[in-house]
This record gives sequence, structure tokens and C-alpha cells, in this order.
Amino acid sequence: MTPQEIFDNLQAKFGDAIIDLTENVDPWIRVKPESIADVCHYMRTDAALGFESLMCLGGVDYGDHLTVVYNLCSYAHKHTITLKVEVGREEPKVPTVEAVWRIANWHEREAYDMYGIVFEGHSDLRRILCPDDWEGWPLRKDYKVQEYYRGMKVEV
Amino acid sequence: MADTTDRPEGAIPDATVTVDYPGFPEIAPLDDDSLESELMTLNMGPQHPSTHGVLRLELKTDGEIVDNVRPHIGYLHRCFEKHAECLSYPQVVPFTDRMDYLAAMNNNLAFCLAVEKLLEVELPERVEYVRVVMCELNRIASHLVSFGTYGMDIGAFTPFLFAFREREDIFDLFEMTCGARMLYNYIWVGGVSHDFPPGFIEKCRAFLDKFEGKMAEYNDLLSHNKIFVERTANVGVLPLEAAFSYNLTGPNLRGSGYKWDLRRDAPYSIYDRFEFDIPVGSGEMGQLGDCWDRYMVRIREMAESVKIIRQALDQLPEGDVHKAVPRNVRPPKDVECYVRSETPRGEMGIYLISDGSNVPYRVKVKSPCFTAIAAMNDLCRGHYVADIIAVIGSIDIVLGEVDR
Repeated sequence: MTPQEIFDNLQAKFGDAIIDLTENVDPWIRVKPESIADVCHYMRTDAALGFESLMCLGGVDYGDHLTVVYNLCSYAHKHTITLKVEVGREEPKVPTVEAVWRIANWHEREAYDMYGIVFEGHSDLRRILCPDDWEGWPLRKDYKVQEYYRGMKVEV
Repeated sequence: MADTTDRPEGAIPDATVTVDYPGFPEIAPLDDDSLESELMTLNMGPQHPSTHGVLRLELKTDGEIVDNVRPHIGYLHRCFEKHAECLSYPQVVPFTDRMDYLAAMNNNLAFCLAVEKLLEVELPERVEYVRVVMCELNRIASHLVSFGTYGMDIGAFTPFLFAFREREDIFDLFEMTCGARMLYNYIWVGGVSHDFPPGFIEKCRAFLDKFEGKMAEYNDLLSHNKIFVERTANVGVLPLEAAFSYNLTGPNLRGSGYKWDLRRDAPYSIYDRFEFDIPVGSGEMGQLGDCWDRYMVRIREMAESVKIIRQALDQLPEGDVHKAVPRNVRPPKDVECYVRSETPRGEMGIYLISDGSNVPYRVKVKSPCFTAIAAMNDLCRGHYVADIIAVIGSIDIVLGEVDR
């Protein structure tokens, strides 16, 4: 399926929850945050779409808002698509897709660790790469590293 | 067998539990509930020799049987993604070397493919061939380490020395080309750092001729060794559905019997010009998708890489490898892509956003080992503690890439 066909398919099913399709080097579909779990579940279970696998999930800081990016692929149909969900910088919340693809558990933990995006309904939302008691969200563009970590000077 | 009916009264009765490999013994609950039992926490790592780096596994064990595995990662977190946001594109390439340090060429290539996709550069033919030769040589070197260390994890020391002997030959080839043996910074955006030096092709062919016979040696030494098979067959079985759900890729996915290789199914570079097979697991020694299947896929892939290198050397065109290297790497504004390529450990994905400057706006690396460790709990549950070692070795992880 081409991205346009995937977009049409999704829009026919979910209507307003699917915002738009942006053409780019790799095109993406914007989805409303509250619908992302349902959309992903449909994309996995629908026979024509058949996205068995979540290749990648990560956050992006666009300055005025944060974005969660989902890169999906289908082995059977050999097509891929990117989904994007935009959330505000203050208290960013997105429903988890852990129940759809098991790997989402770790990817979402990483996005939480790096951007502070809270995945609602996640079974084990802890930091994954940084220590548990690290402060701040390192990959945000306005991140300032903490001065001391457990008595050790962080920045030299 | 001695007749047990004439056993004196009070003697120890026959064992009622028979351990029938491959299944796990059905142990009936104790009638006597005065014995308290609880799960024990056992920390494996982060300084454990068989965890292939600094990985800590928090095991909950019921006696010798693992009930739950919780991997803790991050010990090698070097903030690659943050660094990449303040370095120019060519400066990021050496950092990719240090992610999967056993297959640095393939990592270089993954990142450069993404940048080149945004730049839309046309590469000289020779560059593509040189890259394929180097990446496939590095794939062999990486699989050799996997093979050697796996044997060592299971208790066979000799295969390790055999594997490193051949790996040194490959490193000699790399050294004569770019001067480095481990971390190359060889593949650049738009080209490669050095062309093949005089004598490289002959030396490479000589290596391939020599190496081709070694695979049978490895199989005699380890693959069909009874002790090794007993330790790896029927252990850590990965069903295909779980492989999709965890997005396990590369040899781990193929070990579960699914014929999928990006080099054939979504060809990048010039891989569509070569003839090669895609080895998959078939449950030869036990169940489909067990440790032995995953291991064997890697051994067979080395032979396929040899085929690819031979074809690439035969077709190698003339050309200037620096011709398309841009002086200033500056992709257009607000473009982004997600590019996958087949590294020895699976599909490495690079998600790249450009804001039009010479510094990437966002680089996200999807590491194949990251997803493999995430599946540890499902792979290990119900196995003996010693089998954890067999599972870790079979999914072939490099912690540098997991933590980035």
C-alpha cells in the first residue's frame, strides 16, 4: 500500500482522529494523541494493513511541542509508514501502545527517559538509560544538566 | 535394572520424577506445606563475563529455574543521540563506529545511507561496491566473534581461538585499506575514506579461498558437537509471533524460520545485484527458533557473505571514491527519513531530521540489540539459570549499541 492508501484507509475508519498526511522524504500521518492506541491496534489487526511490527518509537522536541514518532512496518505486505502524535511540552501524555506491540514497552520507557513523555497505562514506566534518580529530560532542546549527581560534579 | 520389590523397608524409594529432555520436569507440589519456599533474587552482571558487556540481569529464581528476568541497561550510555545534535554530519560518523564496535562498517553505512537519502546524492558505482565488500567482510568478522564467544560461554574455549585467527585476517585487510583495525570511520557521507590499496583484491580473494574451507571446521568443532547441541537445542525458543511483536530482526528473526533479509526484501545500496541465499532456522536439532537455530543461521550467513564479496570483487568498476563526497553536508530544511539496513545483528534503523543546517536536528537509532534484550524475559522464563548464558549468547548482543 502507498502512504496515501494507508491514510485513506485510516481516515475512513477513524475520521477526525487522523489529522493529515504530510509528504516528505518519508511521509507521515498525524494522529490525535487520544486515539493512537486504537489506531495502532487497528493497523496491526486489519488484514489489509497488517503492521506486525513496530520498528521504532521515539520522541522529538520541536520547541513549541513534543512529538512521538512511530515507525511501523509490515513484513507480509512489505510496506512501512510513520505515525506522529503531537503533545504539549507541559505534562505530555500519550496512551501506551504496549498492548499492541510488546517492544513498545522499552521504546516508550526510552522516550519517557529522554523527553519526559508519560505513556498512560504503561506497565513499567521507569527510566531506562539514565539512572533512576537522574533529573531532567536530556534530549529536550532546553535541557540543562544538573550540577551535582550524588555529590559528583556533572559538568566539568 | 535391579528388581526393586525386594528393597528393605525404609530404604529410599525410586525417584518419581523423571527428567525427560527437552520438556521441563513436572514436579508435583509438596504434600508437606510446612516447607516455606519463595523466589530468590539473583543478580547477574553488570560485571559478568558472559553478558557480553555491561548488562545486569535481575533474575527471580525458583530454585534453579528462572521465573522472571528483568534486564537493566544503560551502563554504557554515552549520549550518542545528544552528541549527534551538536556535531556536523561527517563528525557523527565516528560516533556510529562506537555503537556496535564489532560491526563498525555496517554502522557507518546505516548512518550514511540516511544522510545520503536526505541529500539525494548520486554515488559513484565503485563506492557502492567498495562499501559492499567492506560491510560483508565486517559481517563475517562480527559473526566470527559471535561464534567464538558463544562457544566460550557454553564452555568450549578452542572455537574462540579459531574464530579470532580468521578475524585477524579480515582486520589485516581493513588495516591495509584505512589504517584502523576496529573503529574505522571508513564509510563517509557520499563515499569512503580510502580506495582499495594495491594488492587488496588479491589478498581479499586469497582470504576468501582460505576461509571457505573453515566453515566445515567450525561445524565439526562446535555446531555438531554433542555437548553444544545439548546446551542449545530446545533452549530459548522464540516463536515467530513474538519475534514480530518484539521486532527482533536479522539472524534472530531468521532463526525462527522467517525468510526476511533487508538485503533482499528492501534492497539498499546495490544488494539487488548479487545472488545469495538467506539461511533460516528449521528446527534441525530441536524446536524451531531455539538457540541452535539462531546460532546456525550466523554460521551459514558467513558463507553467503563470501559469495557476495566474490561477486562484488568480480564486478568492481573503476572510479573515484571521493568524487561525490560533499564539502559541506547540508540537507534541505525540514526533511526527515527513517532508513533501515541489515547489520550483522539485525535491522538498524536511523531516524534523521534535518533543519537545513549542517547539524542534524534529531538522530534516533533503533538498535537491533535493544529489541533483543527486551525479549529476554520471554526467552528465559522457565529455563535453568545456566541456560540464560546460552540465550544471551544466541541473540548476539553488543551493549555499546543497546545503550548508545
